[in-house]
Amino acid sequence: MRSYPPAEKLPMKERVKIPRHQIPSQNPNIRKGNFNEVNLGYTIELAQAEAQRCIMCANPPCVKGCPVNVKIPQFIDKVIEGNIAEAARIIKQDNALPAVCGRVCPQEEQCEIVCVLEKKFKPVAIGHLERFVADWERNNIGIQPPTINEKRNKRVAIIGGGPAGLSCAGDLIQMGYDVTVFEALHEIGGVLVYGIPEFRLPKEIVKAEVDALAKAGVVFEKNFVVGYTQTLDELLNEYDAAFIGTGAGLPYFMNIPGEELIGVYSANEFLTRVNLMRAYDFDHNDTPIIEIKNKVVAVIGGGNTALDAVRTSLRLGATRAMIIYRRSEAEMPARIEEIAHAKEEGVEFHFLSSPIEYIGNEQGWLKSTIIQKMELGEPDASGRRKPVPIPGATEEIPIDVAVIAVGNGSNPIISKTTPDLRTNKWGNILVDEETMATSKKGVFAGGDIVTGGATVILAMGAGRKAAKAIDEYLKNTDNF
Amino acid sequence: MIFSSINNNFVKLTITNMNKIVEAHFLAPNVKLFQIDAPKIAQKRRAGQFVMLRVNETGERIPLTIADSNTNDGTITIIVQGVGKTTKMLNLLNSGDYVHDLVGPLGKPSHIENYGTSVVIGGGVGTAIAYPIAKALKEEGNYVISIIGGRTKELVILEDEMKQFSDEVYPTTDDGSYGFHGFVTNKLRELIENGKKIDFVLAIGPIPMMSAVAEVTRPYNIKTVVSLNSIMVDGTGMCGGCRAIVGGKTVFVCVDGPEFDAHQVDFKVLDQRNRAYVSQEQKSLHNFECYLEQMYKRRKSEMEKELIK
Repeated sequence: MRSYPPAEKLPMKERVKIPRHQIPSQNPNIRKGNFNEVNLGYTIELAQAEAQRCIMCANPPCVKGCPVNVKIPQFIDKVIEGNIAEAARIIKQDNALPAVCGRVCPQEEQCEIVCVLEKKFKPVAIGHLERFVADWERNNIGIQPPTINEKRNKRVAIIGGGPAGLSCAGDLIQMGYDVTVFEALHEIGGVLVYGIPEFRLPKEIVKAEVDALAKAGVVFEKNFVVGYTQTLDELLNEYDAAFIGTGAGLPYFMNIPGEELIGVYSANEFLTRVNLMRAYDFDHNDTPIIEIKNKVVAVIGGGNTALDAVRTSLRLGATRAMIIYRRSEAEMPARIEEIAHAKEEGVEFHFLSSPIEYIGNEQGWLKSTIIQKMELGEPDASGRRKPVPIPGATEEIPIDVAVIAVGNGSNPIISKTTPDLRTNKWGNILVDEETMATSKKGVFAGGDIVTGGATVILAMGAGRKAAKAIDEYLKNTDNF
Repeated sequence: MIFSSINNNFVKLTITNMNKIVEAHFLAPNVKLFQIDAPKIAQKRRAGQFVMLRVNETGERIPLTIADSNTNDGTITIIVQGVGKTTKMLNLLNSGDYVHDLVGPLGKPSHIENYGTSVVIGGGVGTAIAYPIAKALKEEGNYVISIIGGRTKELVILEDEMKQFSDEVYPTTDDGSYGFHGFVTNKLRELIENGKKIDFVLAIGPIPMMSAVAEVTRPYNIKTVVSLNSIMVDGTGMCGGCRAIVGGKTVFVCVDGPEFDAHQVDFKVLDQRNRAYVSQEQKSLHNFECYLEQMYKRRKSEMEKELIK
C-alpha cells in the first residue's frame, strides 16, 4: 500500500552523485529562545531523495553497526517506493522506539560511520530517514500495534520505564507474555522524559510510543520504587522473571569546595526540574528553577547531557552559556550534531579547563568558579589523551549557575535491597554478556545499570537481548 | 465549605483508583491530617520514612513524612502545614478527593533501639514527624519524655497521641499560652540541669530549633538525632538536590537520611539551601491566593444572585 508515488530507482552510479540532504531545522537565533524541536524533519520529497542515495549493499554494514540491527536498506527501499507504512513496519520489527532513536542515536558512531558511502562521500542520513518514517506513521495512520503471538501465561516484571525497559517490554509483549513495567517517577520514559530536553525529543513523541505499548497490553505501574514499595524478591512471588533497567541514577559531583552553594546543580536535577517538572513554564507549573534569565551559566562536562543542559540554559534566557570541558573538542563524547547546534546557538566552549572551586556570597549563592587549565598528556584507559593540570594556570570566571554533567553512578536502591544480586565495585549489576542474566535466577538486567552511563540505543539493544534470553528462560521453565 | 467547592475547580484531578483521601481534618489552624488509601506503602513503611506527593498534574513533588499507618484498612497518615502553594492546595482537599501521585515509602527508617531514657522533641508540625518515632522508641522499651512546642497554644499538636506513647509529656509555647512558657530547648535544658539522665534526644522541627537542640546537648555528649527537611525532586537519589553536609561530607538526605547525627549537621548550609527558591515560592503563593480570592468573590456574587432570585 503506497502513500506516495514511487521515486525513480536510480542506477548505483547515479546514486552516489547525490549530495546528502540536510534536515530542515529552526533558525538558531529563533530556536535558542524557545523549547520547540530544533530539527523539523524531512518532507516526503527530501526523504525519497535521500533514500535514493542508498546503494542497497548486499551485505549491509549499517545493519551490523546498529545495536538493534534494524534492516536499514529494506526500510529505505520502501521509502523510495513511497510505502512508508511498510517502512515503519520493517523498522519496528527490530526497534520499539524509532521516533526516539531517529532523534537521539549517535548515528555517526553506529550505522552511518560504517556506511559504504562514508569513505568517499557522505553517509546516507539513516537517522533522519528513520525519524521521517516513524513520524509519518504516528502523524498519518497512528502507531500501529505489533502483532502479538499466542499468550504464554507467564508474567514478566520490568523495573524501570526508560529505554532499556521499554524495548524489553515491547519485545516480550509481542512474544505473548504478560508484562508490567514498574516506574519510580510519575511519568514513563526514564531519561527520555526527565533528561533529554523537549527541543531535542518532544515529550509528546515519547508519550505516543508509550501509549502504543500500553495499547499492545503492557501494564504500567507508576510511582512504584522497586526496593522500597516492594522488594525484587516480593515481586518475584508474582512474576516468573524480571528485567532490571533502572539506569544510571546517581549523579557524580566532583568533590571540590563550594558544591553545596545555591546555583550548583547536578545535570540530573537541572534537567529534571526543566523537563519532567516543566520549570521552564513556571506560570503553569509549580516546580521552580533558579532564575536563569540574564545570568551566566557554566556547564561542566562534554557529553550529550552537558550539551542538553547548556542549550536549555540559553532557552531559559542566560546571557552567556558555556561548556567547561577538561579535554579538547576532539575528545567530546557528545553527538556531532548537538555540538554543531550548540555552536550555532552561541554556546561558548572552554576546552582543557576544569573547575577546582566554587565561590559564593554570604547568603550561600554561587558567584564564580576557579578554573584549572589543562594540557593533553598520554592516552588513558579510554584511549583518549589524558588531561593534565598546567601548574599555576588558573582563572576565576564569574558565573551564577553551574551544572555538573560529569556522569552518573548506579543508583543502589535495588542492589541494596536484593542481597543475592551481584554488582561490581561501582555498583553496576553483573550480567552474562550474552544473555544479560544476573546472579539471581530469573532476573536479567541491561542498560546503564549494567554498563554505567551510555546511550539510549545501547540500552535498548540490551533490553532486546534480555527479552530474547527471558523468552528462552521461560520456555525452559515450562518443562518443570 | 466554600474552600472545598473551590478546590474542585482549581485542582484538576485524574481520578484513579489510587491515593484516595479517606479522612481529612484540621489539627490546628493551617495544619491538616490526611489518611490516604495506599495499602502497599502502609504495609511497608517504618517510622522515619516519607512519601513524595504531587497534588495535581502541574504540581511540585514534595516530601512528607509518614506520621502513621494502618495495615488493616491500608491507609497512611500524613500531617501537612500549609506554608507554600503546594501545601496550601493540599490542605484544600477533603475526604473523597484524590492526590495525583504518591510514592514511597522512601528514605531510611529511623534507627530504633532501647537507649534508656529518650527525649523526643517536636516543634510545630515537626511533632507529626516525631510522633511515629516516639511510638517506636516506646515500643522498644525506652522511657520516653516528649517535649512538644508551638508558638501558641493552638499550634501544639498531637498531645493526646504523644501521651499514649510517652512516660512524660511537656507541651511548651513561646507565648506562654499553654504548658511550659518558653522554647523546647529551655525545657530540655531544664530537664538536663535538674539531673535527669538522658541517653538519647530526637529533635524534629524548624531548622533554628533543631540547631539549638544540638547546641544544648553537645556539651553533655548526649546522642542527638534530627530529621532534615531538604528540598527534593525525585526522592530516590537521582537528582542530588537534597544534598546536605554532615560531618564535613556531602550526603543525599533522601537516601542517606532523612535522619542524621545533629552534632555533625551543617545547619547553616541546610538553611541556605532551603531558601534557594524563596522568590519563586512567594510568587507562586501570591498568584494562588489571588486566584482563590477571585474564585471566592465569584462564588459569593453567584450565591447572592441565587438569593435575590
